[in-house]
Amino acid sequence: MPSNTYALMAEFETPAATLHAAQKVHDAGYHNWDVFTPFPIHGMDRAMGINNSKVGWFSFIGGCIGYATGMLMIWFMNAHDYRIHIGGKPMFSPFAAFPPSYELTILFGSFGALLGMLFLNRLPRLHHPLLKNRRFAQATHDRFFVVIETSDAKFSDQETRRLLESLGSRHIEWVEE
Amino acid sequence: MAQTPKSSVAEEQPTLRVQGPPAELERVPLVANNRGLGWISDRIAGVVEGKTPGWWKICFGISFTFMVVCFAMILYLMSTGVGVWGLNHPIMWGWAIVNFVWWIGIGHAGTLISAILFLLRQRWRTSINRAAEAMTIFAVMCAGIFPLIHIGRIWFGWWLFPIPNSNSIWPQFRSPLMWDVFAVSTYFTVSVLFWYMGLIPDLAVMRDRAKTRIRKFGYGLFSLGWTGSNRHWSNYEKAYLILAGLSTPLVLSVHSIVSLDFSVSQLPGWHTTIFPPYFVAGAVYSGFGMVLTLLVPLRRLLKLEDIITVRHVELMCKVTLATGSIVGYAYAMEFFIAWYSGNPYERFLFFHNRAADPFIFGPLMHTPPAPYWWAFWTMVTCNVIVPQLFWFKKIRTSMLIVFFLSILVNIGMWFERFVIVVSSLQREFLPSNWSYYGPTWVDILQYLGTFGLFFTFFLLFLRYVPLIAIAEVKGVTPQADPHHPLGGAKPGGKH
Repeated sequence: MPSNTYALMAEFETPAATLHAAQKVHDAGYHNWDVFTPFPIHGMDRAMGINNSKVGWFSFIGGCIGYATGMLMIWFMNAHDYRIHIGGKPMFSPFAAFPPSYELTILFGSFGALLGMLFLNRLPRLHHPLLKNRRFAQATHDRFFVVIETSDAKFSDQETRRLLESLGSRHIEWVEE
Repeated sequence: MAQTPKSSVAEEQPTLRVQGPPAELERVPLVANNRGLGWISDRIAGVVEGKTPGWWKICFGISFTFMVVCFAMILYLMSTGVGVWGLNHPIMWGWAIVNFVWWIGIGHAGTLISAILFLLRQRWRTSINRAAEAMTIFAVMCAGIFPLIHIGRIWFGWWLFPIPNSNSIWPQFRSPLMWDVFAVSTYFTVSVLFWYMGLIPDLAVMRDRAKTRIRKFGYGLFSLGWTGSNRHWSNYEKAYLILAGLSTPLVLSVHSIVSLDFSVSQLPGWHTTIFPPYFVAGAVYSGFGMVLTLLVPLRRLLKLEDIITVRHVELMCKVTLATGSIVGYAYAMEFFIAWYSGNPYERFLFFHNRAADPFIFGPLMHTPPAPYWWAFWTMVTCNVIVPQLFWFKKIRTSMLIVFFLSILVNIGMWFERFVIVVSSLQREFLPSNWSYYGPTWVDILQYLGTFGLFFTFFLLFLRYVPLIAIAEVKGVTPQADPHHPLGGAKPGGKH
């Protein structure tokens, strides 16, 4: 292993080969590894043993905050801070306050989904060792990469390389830190 | 490069072999000519990376001029007052509101394509969703101008928002106009979020292909360091699904709330419970008209016929037909209820002030022609008769006819809003108040100016951002399916 390495990167040419490889790497018990693809491959989450994404919680909490904000804001503005009489109707009614609160539910829920996704993915990030690799630029084009980090407890120079070779990768290389 | 040992999986023989459907039942592929994954990137990114085409420069010059006209008209309105428009008692809502509803309706197709068709697993949407979402954003921008400038004293526009002011008065939340502020601003924001999120992987494609430093930096900055990691894709796809799930009730609520601006009032022609679904159907109808108007020439000009195939155009025509028929049904139902309610004002408005033309129905009803009979019948022709032509496959597959009909759809929907807004106001309860309304040159240039704004942004979008979702189109090809032979699957769909 050259010094100052981040990971061992194996290139694949078809989604089927990648899916198969991911399954085997997962079975071998690695933890710090990932698959890089130009588009999400159907069934890859299961092959890699990834659990259901937690983005939903961020969105749900965002939506709840949005709805509460809308209702409280309208109650505070029209029924508390500056009471406005409209046609003898109650100062506050949840029905008239519903449409803006509904919109705010969606607004805050959407921000929750997007920001939650970015937070869980630790994005934006300005630097990634893989993005310096010339060959890796193909990961957004038509190539598929399985990358096993050297920081993994199971990582071993020969064993890991042999595993990736046995999975049918045509090109394996070290990625610098 | 070691020799590959035989995998144990490869030796397993498939126990069950599923026969594919016969050739005549095979679906037309979403990407024609069996194009590979790399070709899709090259083709779509090539639009942005290639030399600026001559037609783009000409269109941009014209659009930009009109955009300047748009801002000049706003400036003239601000400096002089709303009197420069043709508004006068009793018609206090004229072209401004017509244009507002029209533009915002156009936006709805983008969200329908990006959100509702996603939830319905309509995979053909991937070829058109990016451009349609961009259309949504720019259309909502154009729409947003009108309510803002029609309030008279534009510098108080911020009073619409719940911002503390020196009078310590808050907005009045029982008004549908206030709901509208929230609906439209949320719609715009969520559309931008959804659009941007869809763009992140494609901006990474552009970053990885970039040759110049400026492009590398620009696309790199906005792609947020996307690597295509599957752990990222997992969260990304969930977030996309949630945004689609949130945008669906949003898009249905936006035009419903716009329609409440009218239907909560007491005016015959506006005071109608059918308005929310009728407005939403009309919005989607007009939006698909605009998507067709934009994409039918673009697929040709940008040589994208393999990605936006004839099948895509046909499917869009079918949606137009479906929503156009709903709109036609709603028109009929409005007339039925006007008659069945027994309300004389309602009957007068629909039969005598809208449908009575000088040739057939007017004489039949022994009534003089309605002042806006031509607007009403333009609307009926374009929105009820024209979409029915899409029943014919010959028409759906002829790009020239589709383009022409899509423009009629846009015209028809503009007239629908004109009929609703103007003909309802123009002969109100007191005959002594009756009046006629026509636009001034400022009205007309203001409207044309928003086209300049729209097309300026749309052309910039074409030039700097991939106009088709690269990653999503790749994902629907057989080459991307690990259980398809083209995706490298072994016999029996084993990977």
